[in-house]
Amino acid sequence: MVKRATIGIFSVLFLLLMVLGVFAAETINGAGATFPYPVYAAWAWQYKKETGIRLNYQSIGSGGGVRQIINRTVDFGASDAPVKPEDLEKHKLYQFPAVIGGVVPVVNIKGVKPGQLRLDGITMCDIFLGKITSWSDKRIKDLNPGLKLPDKKITVVRRSDGSGTTAIFTTYLSEVCPEWKNKVGAGKAVRWPTGIGGKGNEGVANYVKRKKYSIGYVEFAYAKQNRLTYIKLKNRAGRFVEPNFSSFQAAAASGDFDPEKHFYLWLTNAPGDNAWPISGATFILLASEQKESNIKTVRFFDWAFSNGDEIAKKLVYVPLPESLKEKIRGYWKQRGIY
Amino acid sequence: MKFFRRNPIDLLFSAITGIASVSVVVLIIGIFIALIRESLPAIDRFGVINFILTVDWDPVAEVFGALSTLLGTAITTALSLAFAIPIAIGIAIFVTEISPNFLKGPIGTAIELLAAIPSIIYGMWGLFTLAPIMEEYIEPFLQSTIGKLPLIGLLFQGTPMGIDLLTASLILSIMIIPFTASVARDSFKLTPPIVKESAYAVGATKWEVVKDVVLPYSKLGVFGGVVLSLGRAIGETMAVAFVLGNNHEIPRSLFDAAATITVSLANEFTEADTDIYLSSLYYLALILFVLSFITLATAKFFLLKAEKRYHR
Repeated sequence: MVKRATIGIFSVLFLLLMVLGVFAAETINGAGATFPYPVYAAWAWQYKKETGIRLNYQSIGSGGGVRQIINRTVDFGASDAPVKPEDLEKHKLYQFPAVIGGVVPVVNIKGVKPGQLRLDGITMCDIFLGKITSWSDKRIKDLNPGLKLPDKKITVVRRSDGSGTTAIFTTYLSEVCPEWKNKVGAGKAVRWPTGIGGKGNEGVANYVKRKKYSIGYVEFAYAKQNRLTYIKLKNRAGRFVEPNFSSFQAAAASGDFDPEKHFYLWLTNAPGDNAWPISGATFILLASEQKESNIKTVRFFDWAFSNGDEIAKKLVYVPLPESLKEKIRGYWKQRGIY
Repeated sequence: MKFFRRNPIDLLFSAITGIASVSVVVLIIGIFIALIRESLPAIDRFGVINFILTVDWDPVAEVFGALSTLLGTAITTALSLAFAIPIAIGIAIFVTEISPNFLKGPIGTAIELLAAIPSIIYGMWGLFTLAPIMEEYIEPFLQSTIGKLPLIGLLFQGTPMGIDLLTASLILSIMIIPFTASVARDSFKLTPPIVKESAYAVGATKWEVVKDVVLPYSKLGVFGGVVLSLGRAIGETMAVAFVLGNNHEIPRSLFDAAATITVSLANEFTEADTDIYLSSLYYLALILFVLSFITLATAKFFLLKAEKRYHR
């Protein structure tokens, strides 16, 4: 009796493995950045419903994503920071952007509502350098005539963990502020001159909400969903813009994504009139010789570009502008994977 | 040769258990080798002494050193043990010697439940509940009382933020109390009742029985529990990752954010993008591995020595 039951269990397990094996042939495997994981997962779910093809995405972090595609253990890798063209050539990789994200400075000042405080790049840089220490500093007041700012010490909140959000934010500061570039530099983790560290967007948001007179930076989706007090920021065109879908798309549209350079571009400080200055794309990496799996991956992203914008917006991700999508399709065609 | 004369099932059973045991040793050696291999580039570039004595941790400039994380690990571990040991021993004494019988069950279960809570939950609780309480009530209170004293007061300087060495150590101590307490309780129970009864018979008070009979009888077991907790505190990750701030600087006060080896690994491993950065993180892991090994080995050595003396 027991024996028969054991045989039964084993045969069921065996059958299951066979079935899984069949499905495995119809699975696209990807790994990398944590930031776009929710939108990739939502796209994958809808794609599976429509085509039966599964997309398995492991959000192990951008560093891991790049390493996995270099070692060819996945069908595609994903990274929040663009990989340099020369590194792509060295490891025989293709690269294209998939979705836009951005960073929003958030504050907690009594009496200041979302979108009321206005800052420019150099002033924010000096706040994060620890050179401007009070909200009533003359330079902040000059940018905000008519806004009552308290004479209180500024508490800077930043990320304690390595993250693409920090990479975009510090790249922006390096671009607008020479002193930041020399003293700190840009990267996923940097040596912060001042401030307290929170782990993840939730750590920073939690701190900014609790600590009066603080300033921090979080992912756009996170700021929006948690209704944090975002600021208006002066962009390269000299206008004060709010962080929203259209200002992010304006940044993406004005960015000079060049297929020749595998779309290598930091979107920070984009030139568009309404462009939000701290934006960035998140990227997909393909191994150039894995032609068959590339065609499958590209088919998925082509489907997502055509049908996924609403899903992305619902999750507060900014879809790529149509012009950029066409450029990417051309890039695929040129390489025979579309 | 007895081994081969057993029946086949027995032989198979022995083989399976043997393989299971050997695989642990192989696994540990494998992990050790992997850690060394991955950290070789960092060892090559920064050396051993230089790496340990360097404070800088600058991923952009690619300069890495372990001193700040080592200090953070040492401080949080020592502090959490200092908080936990008296409380844990108090619990153990209460449960074995003082508490009425109907309370022993519930208290024992509560302690075991405390040990069963996953560490990430301690971390979230620490960030969202304990840190604000520390920041608003406990730390200002400490500053206005102990903080006024000379010398010791220096430990309580700075603006209370709630994310600091004190909060992290407190959470760690809550985590290790159950380990110390249950081991201590079990060893207290081993005191022969007849010895205790004799002590009571000659007129010893409860305090005297605990101090002169129970504690000397069980100090080995208690020490074992402390070592166990020490190991747990050194390696604990998620409970402190949220409340320590991962600040790579030499802390000047208990209200400073700091970093431990485990906190740095948890915070930075996923997004370490350059090879030397990743290798330096592996190097930290290697140091942690060696540290834990040395701690356990020393403890074992002393335990064996003490045991020998005890049995003579």
